[in-house]
Amino acid sequence: MKETKIMLGHGSGGKMMHDLIEGLFLKHFSNPILREQTDAAILSTESAEIAFTTDSFVIDPIFFPGGNIGKLAVCGTVNDLAVSGAVPLYLSVSMIIEEGFPLEDLEKIVISLAEEAKKAEVLIVTGDTKVVNKGKCDKLFINTAGIGRISKVDNQIAKARNILPGDLVLINGTIGDHGMAIMNVRESFHFRSTVESDCASLNGLIREVVEQYPVKFMRDPTRGGVATVLNELATKTGFGIELDETTLPVLKGVKAMCELLGFDPLQVANEGKVLLVVAESDAKRVLETMKMNELGANSTIIGRVVSEHPGRVVLKNETGGRRIIDSLTGDQLPRIC
Amino acid sequence: MRFVDEYRNKELIMAVAEKLKTVSKREIVLMEVCGGHTMAIQRFGLHALLPPTVKLISGPGCPVCVSSQHFIDKAMALSRLEDVIITTYGDLIRVPGSTTSLEKERANGSDIRIIYSVLEALEIAKNNPGKRIVFLGIGFETTAPATAAAIVQAKKAHLTNFFVLSAHKVMPPVMKALVEEGVTLHGFLAPGHVSAITGTSIYNDLASVYGLGVVVAGFEPADMMQAVLMLVEQIEAGTPMVEVQYQRVVQLEGNKMAQQVLQEVFELRDDQWRGLGNIPLSGLKIKNAYASFDAEWEFEVMVPESSEPKGCICGLILRGLKTPLDCPLFGKKCTPVDPVGACMVSGEGTCATYYKYRV
Amino acid sequence: MCLAIPAKVISVEGVSAVVSIEDVEYTASLLLLPDVEPGDFIMLHAGFAIEKVDPEEAALTMQLLLDMEKHRPEFN
Repeated sequence: MKETKIMLGHGSGGKMMHDLIEGLFLKHFSNPILREQTDAAILSTESAEIAFTTDSFVIDPIFFPGGNIGKLAVCGTVNDLAVSGAVPLYLSVSMIIEEGFPLEDLEKIVISLAEEAKKAEVLIVTGDTKVVNKGKCDKLFINTAGIGRISKVDNQIAKARNILPGDLVLINGTIGDHGMAIMNVRESFHFRSTVESDCASLNGLIREVVEQYPVKFMRDPTRGGVATVLNELATKTGFGIELDETTLPVLKGVKAMCELLGFDPLQVANEGKVLLVVAESDAKRVLETMKMNELGANSTIIGRVVSEHPGRVVLKNETGGRRIIDSLTGDQLPRIC
Repeated sequence: MRFVDEYRNKELIMAVAEKLKTVSKREIVLMEVCGGHTMAIQRFGLHALLPPTVKLISGPGCPVCVSSQHFIDKAMALSRLEDVIITTYGDLIRVPGSTTSLEKERANGSDIRIIYSVLEALEIAKNNPGKRIVFLGIGFETTAPATAAAIVQAKKAHLTNFFVLSAHKVMPPVMKALVEEGVTLHGFLAPGHVSAITGTSIYNDLASVYGLGVVVAGFEPADMMQAVLMLVEQIEAGTPMVEVQYQRVVQLEGNKMAQQVLQEVFELRDDQWRGLGNIPLSGLKIKNAYASFDAEWEFEVMVPESSEPKGCICGLILRGLKTPLDCPLFGKKCTPVDPVGACMVSGEGTCATYYKYRV
Repeated sequence: MCLAIPAKVISVEGVSAVVSIEDVEYTASLLLLPDVEPGDFIMLHAGFAIEKVDPEEAALTMQLLLDMEKHRPEFN
């Protein structure tokens, strides 16, 4: 391909688009199903239960410390499947590209997408490309839809049915990394920090836990952070959740940026974290299993389910006082995933 | 974080709380007048640590909350002008004006940018010669010097497209006004960073004329507890005076450079405080020498009659006469998601902090 | 609007200084506080250094607090 920028012709369905698909997408996403290039991919799976999800990625900026929109497009959808208890198998990738977008950047993103899909052991089996006039979309938007296989047992996890007071809330590492990494590269704030996005595909880690232990609930705390997920859980179960500020895992750099900008790390987005609820008796061994995985090295218990303050999440802070943790209201960090 | 974490030590805070219990005999009312203090009290649950004899109330310390409806409406009107870029600190974005908010105007296409430092507004002005950049100047004596410094820089750089709409205010007149209005008070927790700029002599009258204790307090929980203790000790001994708890930052004479720059650019004027009405010589107006940077000179915008939201008791809360819990709208019609009054929108507002930290 | 936060001066270039809070760096304006040196701690507010933090005074305040802790009546 001679062009260095995406032109409207690349989205028109003709030869230019054909060349783009062959020369860029197929080159990096290649697999037998995709090579068929039929309108719909015909997929086979062993069980009759399918998990299906979709997510669109409009993150700004598209390149950020720790990743780019391509990597995120895979992690986001893979994680949605994995935290529902499914084994992610297939992805579709739909791109809406702004006219004039540099091909060199598109290739970097496609390569990241392909690499992350390989890491997550999912196949990209179908896709779409559209190009819109300059100014009609901001550089690049990606939608991924994902299909996974799920067993009857595991598909109860998302429903949070068996949670009881005394159960513990675990997380696989530090909170707020992604949101603060994005804040850093926003041009207006001028802060410089080494904080990187934590975006990662967690299906491997989650599978290792789910196969060995009864997990009562899982969710990935993306936009709105841990606070929003735990509030939803508290409302769903009718129990309270108690957190301890002194055991919350927060990177120093994230803590500093949150102090500076007046944010609560509990409300900041994560893209490589999973919250789990397990019975107290299982917690120790679950943690050990998580820690053996690279993405769970800093796993820790952050709270417990209690019968007090039903429906509310309460944090015991470092000075001994208590305060309510609410879901994020409004827009703390615009367009972060 | 150094100079922060050690003042959040639970044992130290409890030690001060316990000493307070032994020292405090009389029933007293203390007021803090700084949004940062309001937040710290709620965030660290300090009310629970005070003895029953000490009542700590929040006054008009939130600069966003006390900015008049008229100022907000004027900012909205300016934002609708084609060639105007509005630059502002974060919290003003969602403050409700009479009919709209900056956030809503931004959704309608107005160019409104959140900045961390007023110097970014200068950069934006330099990079956008065809536009007029208006900076919304809110804040007390901690923040006003930064605006003043930016105006001086703008003059040096011969900028012709940078303007400030000033709603800056100063603390002492409102503190005196509250006392003269008859609010029951025995002492003030004075704002640590305002005092770092102004020095402590601005509070002398409060002690010598009105017999109130004044202790300049830092913002960490140990700082605030220690400041309350110092106030209680003063009041018990019957010796109200101006003292500094926040010794590591506040010098008696303040920051001379910042004071100079303030005086160079600003002069005092009577000003409207939301909920408190007109307070003489409490606002900062840009001096004539720098009038070319004054948005009030540059722009003539018609602003419809400003109206206070119905049922909102922000004014009473700002005066410390009521708490958010007394407001029928609090937590029901007025929440952080859907604020009615400014006290709920600003992160430092009394209502917002009560809502965030209620247990 | 944000509170002031203590930050360490890493380097000074004319009317600006690179300061750091943990591992977050920022180029702060020294227009309001011209006399700073690397190693000093300053209070950073809205992009400006507004005052220095005096480590000796900090130590004195800390000592008062520690003394109070030492003399706590024994609570059960």
